[in-house]
Amino acid sequence: MLKIKCPYCGYRNESEFSCGGEAHIARPAVSNKITDSAFCEYLFMRENPKGVFLERWCHTSGCRRWFNIARDTVSHEIYEIYLMGNTPKTVKGKKAYQANWRRTSKAEAASKTPKRTKK
Amino acid sequence: MRHMQSHRLETNNGTSINRKKPVHFKFDRKEFTGFEGETLASALLAHGVHLVGRSFKYHRPRGIFGIGSEEPNALVRVIKGASAEPNLKATQIEIYDGLIAESQNRFPNLKFDILSINNLFSHFFPAGFYYKTFMWPSSFWMLYEKFIRRAAGLGKISKKHLEQNRYEHKYFHCELLIIGGGAAGLQAASIAAQTGVRVIIADEQHELGGWLLTDNNFNIDEKPALNWVRDTVEKLKSAPNVTCLNRTTVFANMDDNFTIMAERVTEHLSRPFAHLPKQRLWKIRATKIILATGAIERPLVFSGNDLPGIMLSSAIRSYIKRYDVLPGTRAIIFTNNDDAYFTALAIYEAGGFVRCIVDLRENPKSQIITTIRKLGINVKTGHAVIAAHGSRHISSVDIAAYDSEAQAPLSSISHMDCNLLAMSGGLNPVVHLHSQRKGKLIWDERTLCYRPDNRSDEWISVGSANGTFQLKKALNEATKKTTITISKLLKENKKSKIQKNNSVPNSEEKQQNWAPTPAWLIQSAQPHISNKTAFVDFQNDSTALDIKLAVREGFHSIEHVKRYTTTGMATDQGKTSNVNAIGILAGSLKKSIAQTGITTFRPPYTPTSLGVIAGRNIGNLFDPLRKTRIHSWHQSNGAKFEHVGQWARAWYYPQEGESFHQAVTREVYATRNYAGVLDASTLGKIEVKGPDSAEFLDRVYTNEFSNLAIGKAKYGLMLKEDGMVFDDGVTTRLAEDHFFMTTTTGGAAGVLGWLEELLQTEWRDLKVYLTSVTEQWSVASLSGPNSRAILEACLGKDNNIMHDFPFMTMKNSFINGIPARIFRISFTGEMAFEINVPARYGLALWSHLMQIGEEFKLTAYGTEAMHVLRAEKGFIIVGQETDGSVTPYDLGMNWIVSKKKSDFIGKRALERGSMDEPQRKQLVGLLTTDPQKVIPEGAHAVLNPNQEAPMEMLGHVSSSYYSPNLKHSIALALLKGGSNRKGQTVYIPMLDGQEPIEAKIVEPIFFDKKGDRLRG
Repeated sequence: MLKIKCPYCGYRNESEFSCGGEAHIARPAVSNKITDSAFCEYLFMRENPKGVFLERWCHTSGCRRWFNIARDTVSHEIYEIYLMGNTPKTVKGKKAYQANWRRTSKAEAASKTPKRTKK
Repeated sequence: MRHMQSHRLETNNGTSINRKKPVHFKFDRKEFTGFEGETLASALLAHGVHLVGRSFKYHRPRGIFGIGSEEPNALVRVIKGASAEPNLKATQIEIYDGLIAESQNRFPNLKFDILSINNLFSHFFPAGFYYKTFMWPSSFWMLYEKFIRRAAGLGKISKKHLEQNRYEHKYFHCELLIIGGGAAGLQAASIAAQTGVRVIIADEQHELGGWLLTDNNFNIDEKPALNWVRDTVEKLKSAPNVTCLNRTTVFANMDDNFTIMAERVTEHLSRPFAHLPKQRLWKIRATKIILATGAIERPLVFSGNDLPGIMLSSAIRSYIKRYDVLPGTRAIIFTNNDDAYFTALAIYEAGGFVRCIVDLRENPKSQIITTIRKLGINVKTGHAVIAAHGSRHISSVDIAAYDSEAQAPLSSISHMDCNLLAMSGGLNPVVHLHSQRKGKLIWDERTLCYRPDNRSDEWISVGSANGTFQLKKALNEATKKTTITISKLLKENKKSKIQKNNSVPNSEEKQQNWAPTPAWLIQSAQPHISNKTAFVDFQNDSTALDIKLAVREGFHSIEHVKRYTTTGMATDQGKTSNVNAIGILAGSLKKSIAQTGITTFRPPYTPTSLGVIAGRNIGNLFDPLRKTRIHSWHQSNGAKFEHVGQWARAWYYPQEGESFHQAVTREVYATRNYAGVLDASTLGKIEVKGPDSAEFLDRVYTNEFSNLAIGKAKYGLMLKEDGMVFDDGVTTRLAEDHFFMTTTTGGAAGVLGWLEELLQTEWRDLKVYLTSVTEQWSVASLSGPNSRAILEACLGKDNNIMHDFPFMTMKNSFINGIPARIFRISFTGEMAFEINVPARYGLALWSHLMQIGEEFKLTAYGTEAMHVLRAEKGFIIVGQETDGSVTPYDLGMNWIVSKKKSDFIGKRALERGSMDEPQRKQLVGLLTTDPQKVIPEGAHAVLNPNQEAPMEMLGHVSSSYYSPNLKHSIALALLKGGSNRKGQTVYIPMLDGQEPIEAKIVEPIFFDKKGDRLRG
């Protein structure tokens, strides 16, 4: 069982957390019309790398806050824990972020903060 | 009649037994007497009992083989009162007065076992036999399995096991966890104890000391070795920072030094203390771990090596030294190393007759061999035991000069009789806990063992566990590595550096020349015959022949061979068999052992009772049960309950003599014709607050909420990003920036989690705060034609709100003095009011309603009646009509999907091309031709019931009831292209040769289609 340092609560057992899968999947705004296949990349395609993986975790049985983890899927080593809205700072984390195919995907390009439907 | 302790030595030297306290116990209904401090195995051996079980596959007679948790044969069942626990190792069970144990896997008894006939047909049961034979026809597997399981079963559990025993869990933290209390572990602990760090030392046996309890005729630190052990243990027990645990097996070593161990707290007591559990599970997070887990001796693999009376050499020495038990009087020693000579010496000194030492090595030289030769013991070097003979006990062996390289005898065979054979094939460090962490293992050619690579500084192996078998070196290693580890610990904790250099205790153990020769398989001149009974894995009955067969059939990877032959897969996890199997495999593949590799060990190290893993989380404590504040009323009014999520909801209220069907019919009828009330407190309730609340709701619901007026309510449908229905419920606007959302009972936690996720990860700019208030409100849902009158009567002088109370609005008022939020919403299709009061007034509100409602024929109804009422109206239930693959369009709810909004969760997915697929399953109603026939829910519909199976399915029935108001069976179904099939006839084929049910496809609404009753 991993020992995870919640950025809000400190070190806790993995059993207090839930893993939300791949991090940094930008949501394409509907108004930016994209093709079905580009949208499906956003909706269905998930990375499953052997090595460094950027994931979202939630401290479900604690403060219920979400945050990001750069974790090695082979050794389970945690390289970095960083807040929502940030990108990784470590060399390994940065590399994993840059190397991800999403950085050049159409779905990510179409993800601007959605316009407010009404004031 | 008590049996004689015929094999107990007269000399009183046993280090582990207390002769002053005799202990009486029963094994297979016979009475025996042993001494306090010994195990069942040693007490049985003291009576000359070797045969304790039958083997798994061939039901061959098997005897006590080892001394501890490596034991593959002596598995017994221990009976205590009404409970019985199977598969316990006789070598680990401490005897106590009144212990009752029995042998397993035999019928009718150990000496004569019917299934031992398998042994005669053993050539029919080679590796993979079950895979090959029972695979065809595949539909018969279910039948075969039943018989195979019974024939192959290991032990039986008692049904009352859980009632009798209590287990508990304990969490603990320490800086240093030392696993194993032998010489290296004790030395590590005594260094750590001085530094003040929190230390746990845990050992599997009932006393600390490890092999020093057996081999101790020398001094450590200028005092007898045993005194050194006792002094050290004394010191550790008195240290406030040290937790000293015996009878405690660390069985799992996991990520970030999370370790789990099982402590056997009261199992060894004839009268356990009531306040103590049977076992305790320790979950420990240790900063550093020292693995001082020792080593286990390997057997040698030759024909008949599984006969009772053939034991591990080190085990025999231990029985003599620790328990004063000489397991046999005429002994032969078979070895490839020096260690077994010490066993010969022990047998000799105990008065036994060592007939011969058979040493595989050509020309071994060491001090102990000289000593042995001087005693006049016959030593045959370059020889091997080719086969052992005997029916239920070893009686003789075949010995011949042997060529280890060619694996063949060189001379003719000579016979020699004996009643004990000690075998020693070298030592395997206990690397399991290292390997569990994906720690790599290195093959050491010199000591012929796999040892840890020691790449991590989180867990560190010392002593024999690290392949350092010599005591002096082991103590040195433990001292050094512990000192380094503690320095690191103190540095990490920013405490001062360790004060002094720790001295290594001086041991005067006689130098052992640890020089084994490789010996993986001893074959006769006809290997195809001898290999058949040359057992590698004793517990799973796999032989050298099985491994060779697996190689011939193309299994070359050790992982595949392991699974095909089941070698190393028994409950002993290959403690004695794995390395021999690898040796034989390497030989067959003509590879080196390092090239062949080793399998990964996984938790648990030893079999661990499911009871201790579950702990107290069983029965009522398995999962929380949530009750509404009105629960006691339901109970005293005879309600039957159903579980929804964790909630106990009133299902129906049968009156005296009423069946389920009669009760539901009465409740449904009363609600439609007079009035009914439902405890709806379990509905999920979420307060949505903040300046961006309306914008947020617009994004998560398919319809628009920003245009909702204050005091008005709206039904909303929530999708996931894939466009599929996720949840539904009514949301009311309480203020400009304040909404009150309701969700399904089962979906409440999921909805809150999902909305939080969106706010925290996707739309961090929105100022919205969510709070679950499910348990803050009690809710009575009042509905039926009389509901308005009842509410008016309840409100009394506050009933002015009723003058203007249109459908889908909310009013604040007081009922009998209780503050209430009253919503005019309906899930029954009748005029209905959901009355919310602060949770603690729930029962008061309910009682008041029932009292006032009496003259209006108010009836309490349960969830079943609610289902019928809503199905009559065609209202969906998320999770019943939907299953994560149903869109709002599939439900015919196009009206709820906003066309105006630029975005909401699921909008883009609904626009995908595949959503227009005409054959998507769509919600329809079904009316059976026979109005009395109710279709089973989950049944499938077809167009032509006479087609060949497998039939072409049209879809399935999601809800189905008998409607008392229509006097007709009704159903909702999801059928392919359903919305264009209105008027068609479908058939629902039944099991067991019943006629298919015929039904007509109709609109999914059956009652009050215009909704006049709803609006009143």
